[in-house]
Amino acid sequence: MPEEKKTDSVSEAAVIRKPGSSRENKTGSWRTFRPVVTDKCTGCSICTWFCPEDCIKIIEKDGKKQGEIDYDYCKGCLICVEECPNKAITAEREK
Amino acid sequence: MPKNVISGAQAVAEAVRLCKAGVIAVYPITPQTRISESIAQMVADGDIDAELIMVESEHSAMSACMGAAATGVRTYTATASQGLALMHEMLFAASGMRLPVVMSVTNRALNSPLNIWNDEQDSFAQRDSGWVQLYVENAQEVFDTQIQSFKIAEEVRLPVMVCLDGYVITHTYEPVELVEQDVVDKFLPKLKPVDTLNPSKPLTLGPVGGPEHYILFKKQQQEAMEKAAEAIQKANIEYSSAAGRKYGNGLIETVNLKGSESALITIGSVAGTARPLLEKENTGLIRIRALRPFPADDIRKACEGLKSVGVLEKDVSLGANGALYDEVKAALYGQGAGPRVSGFIAGLGGRDITEKDMALVLEKIKTGKEGVEWIM
Repeated sequence: MPEEKKTDSVSEAAVIRKPGSSRENKTGSWRTFRPVVTDKCTGCSICTWFCPEDCIKIIEKDGKKQGEIDYDYCKGCLICVEECPNKAITAEREK
Repeated sequence: MPKNVISGAQAVAEAVRLCKAGVIAVYPITPQTRISESIAQMVADGDIDAELIMVESEHSAMSACMGAAATGVRTYTATASQGLALMHEMLFAASGMRLPVVMSVTNRALNSPLNIWNDEQDSFAQRDSGWVQLYVENAQEVFDTQIQSFKIAEEVRLPVMVCLDGYVITHTYEPVELVEQDVVDKFLPKLKPVDTLNPSKPLTLGPVGGPEHYILFKKQQQEAMEKAAEAIQKANIEYSSAAGRKYGNGLIETVNLKGSESALITIGSVAGTARPLLEKENTGLIRIRALRPFPADDIRKACEGLKSVGVLEKDVSLGANGALYDEVKAALYGQGAGPRVSGFIAGLGGRDITEKDMALVLEKIKTGKEGVEWIM
């Protein structure tokens, strides 16, 4: 767990009073490896179908379609790296 | 109030009735069944206005109590031995969710070999589950303690286990002085729940707690245990003004320590076997009432000036020592010239600890050595 994710205050008895707040519980800290989309990406969207956490989106960047990973929720399973037909996603070790 | 000659199990049921538990989930197991039978009778007769849930296992009994407690109702269950072992998973869930469930454990040996008789291995094995654990000596004390247990649980938001020796207390008929309903009502006001489940105001209880949060909740539970030590002492004093009975400082009870150079440290009903011998043997008694929170400071203070103490217990942490022996030794560590601590494991699986055995133990405390031996 990264140092900056440490908290020192929580509600008593782990009671969550606000409904629908599970999005606020960011789970990206579980990652050991970080998938990184490189210039080889063609925006084919195969990775988005395989991502079990549904956290890759295809966006337009500089007039080109490209995958974008939401690191708040990506667990680093690297299925995207495995499935990419162009080997356009690399894995980097988290520090 | 006049005394009634009733069994310890009946005394528990009377206390639960007087405390107006609203949801009671039960699954029969020897030697607890007499408690749930008595309560079922009270519900059928209309003596308690409670929902009696007859569940399919002890795991479900605890789950049902947790669900009911989360809606803000006073809940109760009772079990023993294998039933408590089956509940193990839910014990941690109840304490982690800070639900004030109250339970009686009628202490009984664990398999194998199959044994339905008394020892205290079942509840000792659950001492890390985050439950307050109180151990009693007789039927009167279990009646009084069961009433106090609801107050303690609700004050610190922790579940409380009241442990009474199977048969020795549950099935023995003793004179027990009950308490009037209005006295109990004053001592134990209506439950004022916090954070209750209600469809019109949704809440999440018992969520995921990742590495960012989990340890903080465990620290909260530890702090609640520290508060429980105060709540137990306070309940003991307040109950004494309301009902006229008091048990030591609530955490431990000491007898005949003044002028004694040695003392027996024990827990549960076996203290009663030692009492008549104390003066003659010139030995004190330190009876542990709260195993959790563990009253280390109180034990240390009680042992000041003693030359030797002996811990007699009906449990063993196989591969180590008696669990109480190890904890008492840890409490006394670093005290300079503290007392010598000997340990005695006895009474497992219902083997009687006779007056003769007790006299031998008291003698060994004075003359024996450090370490644990089995009295068989």
